Amino acid sequence: MSSCCETPTLDLPIEPRIPGAIRTVALVGPPNSGKSTLFNRLTGLRQKVANYPGVTVEQRIGRLSGIDRSDLTVIDLPGIYSLSSYSEDTRVALDVLHGEMPGTPAPDAVLLVLDSLHLSRQLMLAAPVLALGLPTLILLNMSDLMEARGGEVDSLALAGELGAPVAKISATRGTGLDAIRHFLGQKSELQPPLQLPVMGNAASYRQWASGVSTRTNYRAPLSSAVSRNLDNILLHRVWGPLLFLVVVITVFQVVFSIGQPLSDGFQTLLDAMGAHASAWLPAGWIQSLLIEGVWKGVSSVLVFLPQILLLFLFIGVLEDSGYLARAALIADRVMRTIGLNGKAFIPLLSAYACAVPAIMATRTIENKRDRLATILVTPFMTCSARLPIYILIIAAFVPNRPVLGDIFGLRACVMLGLYVLGFVAALVTARLLKSTLLRASPTPFILELPQYRLPTLRSLLLRLVDRARVFLHQAGTVILAVTLVLWLLSHVPFHDGAFPALAQSFIGRVGLLIEPVIRPLGFNWKIGIGLLTSVLAREVIVGTLGTLYGSDPATQHLTLQTALRHDMHIGGAIALVVYFALAMQCTSTLAVVRRETNSWKWPAIQFIYMTVLAYLAALATNQGLSRLFG
Amino acid sequence: MLQAGKPHLGPHPTPESWSLNVIALSELGIGKHGIVEGLDLPEEVQHHLMHMGFVPDARVLALRRAPAGDPTVYAIDGMEIALRQETARSIHVWIIPGDDEQEGS
Repeated sequence: MSSCCETPTLDLPIEPRIPGAIRTVALVGPPNSGKSTLFNRLTGLRQKVANYPGVTVEQRIGRLSGIDRSDLTVIDLPGIYSLSSYSEDTRVALDVLHGEMPGTPAPDAVLLVLDSLHLSRQLMLAAPVLALGLPTLILLNMSDLMEARGGEVDSLALAGELGAPVAKISATRGTGLDAIRHFLGQKSELQPPLQLPVMGNAASYRQWASGVSTRTNYRAPLSSAVSRNLDNILLHRVWGPLLFLVVVITVFQVVFSIGQPLSDGFQTLLDAMGAHASAWLPAGWIQSLLIEGVWKGVSSVLVFLPQILLLFLFIGVLEDSGYLARAALIADRVMRTIGLNGKAFIPLLSAYACAVPAIMATRTIENKRDRLATILVTPFMTCSARLPIYILIIAAFVPNRPVLGDIFGLRACVMLGLYVLGFVAALVTARLLKSTLLRASPTPFILELPQYRLPTLRSLLLRLVDRARVFLHQAGTVILAVTLVLWLLSHVPFHDGAFPALAQSFIGRVGLLIEPVIRPLGFNWKIGIGLLTSVLAREVIVGTLGTLYGSDPATQHLTLQTALRHDMHIGGAIALVVYFALAMQCTSTLAVVRRETNSWKWPAIQFIYMTVLAYLAALATNQGLSRLFG
Repeated sequence: MLQAGKPHLGPHPTPESWSLNVIALSELGIGKHGIVEGLDLPEEVQHHLMHMGFVPDARVLALRRAPAGDPTVYAIDGMEIALRQETARSIHVWIIPGDDEQEGS
């Protein structure tokens, strides 16, 4: 287990090669066949998740554990229905199986995982996989469930039909894994490719699969009455949407109202640790670099963990239980009007707490274009990091005048307006993307409703560990680098052998330099510096403004609110919050978008688009309000 | 357009009556069964749907509509699959008369 905490690298091959022994085995199977459960079962935590080069398809590689052979590499391929369609997933699977994927060892055996509850359809994949000619073990997963529900299949006859060994297993319970052990212990010999009387199109595969299931006495189990009955309530015309709202509000409420204080508490703890450590270090640039550079960077990443884990706990429960598909079905009608599909609902909603876990949650959207569109609009949702600057500016500039009775005042009105602004920007952007860059999505919304199941603790925990690891490893490195660069820019050049004041630092000079550019927005150079430092994270601007106004003798004695009121016009102030509503001021989000899209292209486009949009909107706001208030 | 041969139904209706009874899947009433006749969709989509069970001769049951009236959940090949109306419109089915409220297999 010690390997779980190190960077999960796999140096291949590590063991001296036993001639003829199987060293790499690929897990192949249709979506929802329980392939990933089996992968987790076989590898435990000895796995790593990365992306295949150049695509957004996830590469999952692990070492076999719990079985005698620990030198075996297991590759979990993406879920596929066939080997002949043109989807990214299928291409990746084919490349890996043919040993043509750079950085991935060529498999010398295949474990074909089929869901025995729907065997006659799942067998369609067996023909092309067996035709590859690799030694293949066919695993009839969930066979315990099938038999419990009155289904049956003659696995010996099936082995005879397919010319390959067949084993009944249950990945969830871990039964039948002996067969895998036995299979993997044998010598790998290239099988003569099976001559199956099948032409390469779906209809003939289907016909062949039906024939095989008839000849092997396959009887499909009765579909679970529990699922149908549950759906009678959960997809009910009235109760369905109501229960959906309850679920959604609960997720939002927990991520926002429990996750936020958890994150804040965690932040306080991390700051205290930093302060404690800095007491041990000699004052000077090393202390500053380690505490304000490295530690601040590390903790700015760590602080997202509570919210990420909470959200993924919820999504794990929703997805594993089968409810997430129902939620997508209910939300689809509404999401369609903004050009997205129902599966985008949960990510967009969680983005009101934080865009980082929300973007990671878009993994549940299989359609690549829809997923990309969702990722690109997610940062417009008003996340909690925008609240500090909103609260500061509104409290300083907006009079507390009642609008609708005593409850709903002008301040609440402006705040709500900013939430609406973000939502409208997301909506318009989604439409724009769907009619330009991401046009002509060939894959329509096809949603498989799995049967309801009780989520297992093991799978939930593995999922959490998995997400935490991916986030810390991938986003952490980028954020750390950016923090260090920002620290450096705000601490050079030295002034009489000491750190310069923020205004004299490199970043301060750039702030002064860009003043002509931001003056039309009603911003002064101090705001300019704030805009630059808050590229790291939005809430940083409040601290930066505090530092700048606090070190200026003219404003030193004033509170930040008063100082801002002396220094800014109402037009510039509102323009500032409008800018923050629309701009991409968050390195963590950019890092996560890079990781999830596996390229710098999309975070770059997103950053430029959002910044330009924010600039124009702030410009319009300042010009309009300045004219209005004279 | 992919066409099936003769569908193998229990009591054989005559070929003439089939052609009269071909409708779009989106028109299939809730609780009604149909037999897939063919799909008229872009190749990639068609391929995907066929691997999910929408092949000629497969028996499909319109199970329920989403609370908002769309998409619709269809039971096919032991699976429940939701399709939007725009997709279901391009799948053609023979209706099976007098065969309601039973699960497709």
